[in-house]
Amino acid sequence: MRDYGMSEPVQEQLRRLMDGVGPGEDATPEMLSLNGIVKRYGEFSAVNGLDLTVPRGEIFGFLGPNGAGKTTTIRMVAGVLEPTEGSVVIGGYDLATHPMEAKSRIGYIPDRPYLYEKLSGGEFLRFVSGLWGKDEPASEDRADGLLEIFHLLEWKHELIESYSHGMRQKLLITSALIHQPELIVVDEPMVGLDPRSARILKDLFRVFVERGGTVFLSSHTLEVVEAVCDRIAIIREGGVIAQGTMDDLRTQVDSGGADLEEIFLKVTGNEDMAEVVAGLQESRF
Amino acid sequence: MSTRPSASVLWLLGPKVRSKFNRNKTDERRRFKWGLLGFVGLFFWTFIFGVIFRMLLYFRGTQGIGDLLAAKLLGIALLTFLMILLLSNVITALSTFFLSDDMELLVAAPVDSVQLYGARLVETIVDSSWMVALLAIPLLAAYGVVYAASWPFYALAVATIVPYLVLPAVVGSAFTLMLVNVFPARRTRDLLALIGLFAAAGVVALFRFLRPERLVRPEEFRDLVDFMAVLRTPTSPWLPNEWAAQSLMSQLTGGFDPFPFALLWTTAAAFFVIGSWLHLRLFPTGFTRAQEGAELRKGRPRSTKLEQLKWAAPATRQLVSKEIRVFFRDTTQWSQLILLAVLVVVYVYNIKVLPLYTGEQVSFFLINVVSFLNLGLAGFVVAAIAARFVFPGMSLEGRMMWLLRSSPLDVRSLFVTKYWVGTIPLLLIALPLIVVTNVILEATPLILGITTVSMVGVTLAMTALALGLGALYPNFETENVAEIPTSFGGLVFMMSAVSYLAVVVMLLAWPVNGLLQARFAGQTGGADLVPLVLGAGGALLVTLACVIVPLKAGIRRVRSLQ
Repeated sequence: MRDYGMSEPVQEQLRRLMDGVGPGEDATPEMLSLNGIVKRYGEFSAVNGLDLTVPRGEIFGFLGPNGAGKTTTIRMVAGVLEPTEGSVVIGGYDLATHPMEAKSRIGYIPDRPYLYEKLSGGEFLRFVSGLWGKDEPASEDRADGLLEIFHLLEWKHELIESYSHGMRQKLLITSALIHQPELIVVDEPMVGLDPRSARILKDLFRVFVERGGTVFLSSHTLEVVEAVCDRIAIIREGGVIAQGTMDDLRTQVDSGGADLEEIFLKVTGNEDMAEVVAGLQESRF
Repeated sequence: MSTRPSASVLWLLGPKVRSKFNRNKTDERRRFKWGLLGFVGLFFWTFIFGVIFRMLLYFRGTQGIGDLLAAKLLGIALLTFLMILLLSNVITALSTFFLSDDMELLVAAPVDSVQLYGARLVETIVDSSWMVALLAIPLLAAYGVVYAASWPFYALAVATIVPYLVLPAVVGSAFTLMLVNVFPARRTRDLLALIGLFAAAGVVALFRFLRPERLVRPEEFRDLVDFMAVLRTPTSPWLPNEWAAQSLMSQLTGGFDPFPFALLWTTAAAFFVIGSWLHLRLFPTGFTRAQEGAELRKGRPRSTKLEQLKWAAPATRQLVSKEIRVFFRDTTQWSQLILLAVLVVVYVYNIKVLPLYTGEQVSFFLINVVSFLNLGLAGFVVAAIAARFVFPGMSLEGRMMWLLRSSPLDVRSLFVTKYWVGTIPLLLIALPLIVVTNVILEATPLILGITTVSMVGVTLAMTALALGLGALYPNFETENVAEIPTSFGGLVFMMSAVSYLAVVVMLLAWPVNGLLQARFAGQTGGADLVPLVLGAGGALLVTLACVIVPLKAGIRRVRSLQ
C-alpha cells in the first residue's frame, strides 16, 4: 500500500471492513467499459463518442476542465442518465439491457447529493442497504465500522439536518460502501472533508482496490488524483484527449518531470497558463 | 454473483413515512398544530355532513324519485372528485416521478421497476388525493346516516374509495410520463401550460356535461317522465364514478350489486398493470429528459426592462427583477398558475350559470345581495392565490437568506419589494375578476363601485397577511413549493384571511344594505349616515390593521432569524 502515514490500527480496521469485497467467480477482467457514448442535449453534445476501459483493481482518475462532460459521464456510468448513443458496460453487464445486475455492482457518490433531512444517519444507511438488497446485520456492522473510522458513530441517531457538510459527505461515502460494491463511482470525493477524513478516504480506496474493487473517480483536486490514481484520463469537449499512467501522460506531453497540474494545463490547451504557473513557482523558490 | 432481492414498495416508502414521523417528533408545537387542525377539520366535516344530510333528507321526502336524486348527487360528487383527482395527479406525478430530489439515489440503485412504480404511485396518490379522501368521509357518512346503513356499507365505502383513488393516479401519472417523453424537459413550462389548458377545458366540459343547474329547476323539463329519464341516465356508464355510485347505492337501497364493485377493482388492477408496463418502457428515457432541463438552458436569458427602472434604488430594482425572473423560471410555480387558472375559470363559470335570470324575475334586491356576496367569494379566490404565490415568498428565500442578511440591504426594503411584487399581479387578477363577475350579475353602478374599491383594500390586506404570516411560519427545508401553502402556517393564513373577509363583508353589508333599502324605497340622499361611517370606517381600520400588523411582525421575525 502507498503510505499516507495512516496509523496501522485504522488500516487494519479498513481491511477488516473490506472483507468480502472483490469480484465474483463470473467476473470479467474489465470492470467498466464505455463504448462510444454520446450524450446530446438538443443540438449541444456534452459527451462526444467517449471510449474508455477500466480494468478491475484500479483507481481510475477522470479529469477535465469545467463543462467538459465529466459529471454527465459519471451520471451515465451510475445509471442515472441514459446515453443518447453507445453503451455502458459494468462487470460484463450492459446498463441498458441488464440494469439490475449492473447497478447492483456500483456504489455511487454524487457531487451534489440529496439526503433525507428528516432521517437519522443510521436510518438512511439502513434504507440504502435495503435498496441494494443487503438489509442484514453484517451490513449494519460494516456501516458502524465505517462510521467509527470517520468519527461519526456518535451522530448515527441524529437527524441528517443537523450534520455539517463534511459529515454528510462521510455518511454518503459510508452509504456507497455498505453493500460491498465492485465499482465505486465518485464525483469530487474530497469536498468538505477535513485532512484526517481525506486521508482515510485515500486509504480506503487503496484497500478497496487491493481486494479487487475498482474506483472511477472524478476530481479537480489534482494533487489527490496524482497521489491515488493508477491511471488517468483527461477529457475535453466530451472526448478523451490523453490517457494512461502518470508516466504515460508525461511522455504524451513531452515533459519529463511534469506534475499533473502542468500536464493538465498543457493538454487542455492552456499552455500559456502552464508557463505562468511555472514562472510563479520558480520565483517562489 | 447471486441475484439480489430488490427493495419492496414498502421499503421504498420507508424514508417518507419515517421523515414524517421524525418531523412530527421534533416539532415542539405539534400539539397546538394538531389541535387546531383537528378543530378546523371537524368544523368543515360537520358543515359538509350537515349540508349533504339536509339535501338527502329533502330528497328522501320526495316520493318516487328520492333515491334517484340521491344516486345522481353521489354520481356528480364522485365525477367532480374524479376530475380534480386527474388534474392533481398529473401535476403531482411530475414532482414525485421526475423532479423529486431523491430520485437520483433510487434510479442509481438496483430497484425493480414495478416496485419503484408502485412506491411512487402510492406517494402520488397520498399527495394528490388526501383532500378528496377527507371530503369523501362526511359525504359518505351522510349517506350512511340518512339511509340508516350498518357497518357493511362503511366497509364497502372504504373498499370502493381505494380503487377509485388508484384509477386517476394511474391515468394521471401515465399522462405525465408520456408528455415528459414527448416534450424535451426544457419545454416543461409549455407542457404544463398544455395541461392547464386541458384542465380548464375539462372543468368547463364537466359542468356543461352535467348541467347541474337543470336538476334544481325541474320546471324546465316537459314533464316528470322527462325529468326522471335524466335522473336515470348515468353521467357516463364508462366512467368509474358511475360504478362507485351504483355499488354504494345498491348497498344502501337493499340489494348489493357486486358487478359495478368488481368492475371498479378489476379496472384498477388492469390499469395498474398497464401503468407499470408503461413505466418500465418509458420511465428511463423520461427521467433522463427531465434531468436535461436542469443542466442546460439554451440561449441568452432575456434581459428585463425592469432592470432599467431609473426611479428605483439599485437594490430594489434588482430585487424586483430577481423576484420576477425566479418566478417565471420556476416550473413548480407554473403548475400552480394552472391551478389558479382553473380556480378562476370555475369561479366565473359558476357566476355565469347562477339561475338568476330564468324562471320568474329575480328581485333587484337579490341580485345586489349576490353581487355583494361576490366580494366575499372573489376575496376568497384572492386569498387562495395569495396562499399559493405570496405566502411561500419568505420560505423560498430560505437558503439564500445568508446573502440577503449579509448584504447591506434592510429587511424592511426586502419586505416592501416582496409586498408590491405580490400585490400588483394580485390586483391585476382581482379587479378584472370583480368587475367581470359584477357585470355578468348586472349589478348597479353603486354596488360595482363599492365592491371595486373594497377589493383594492382586500387585496392589499391579503398580500400583507400572506407575506407576514409566511415569514412568521417559514418552511426553509421543503423541496416542493406546493407543500408550503398546505403547511400549518398556510392554514393559519387561510383562517386569518377568511376571518378578515367575513369581518369586512359584514361591516360593509350593514351600511350598503341601508343604502339599498333607502334607494329601493325611492328615498334619495336621506340614508342614515351613521352606519355608513361606522361600517366603512370599521372596514378601513380592520384593513389597515391587516396590512400593518402582519408586515411589522414579519419584519421583526426575519430580523431575529439566525
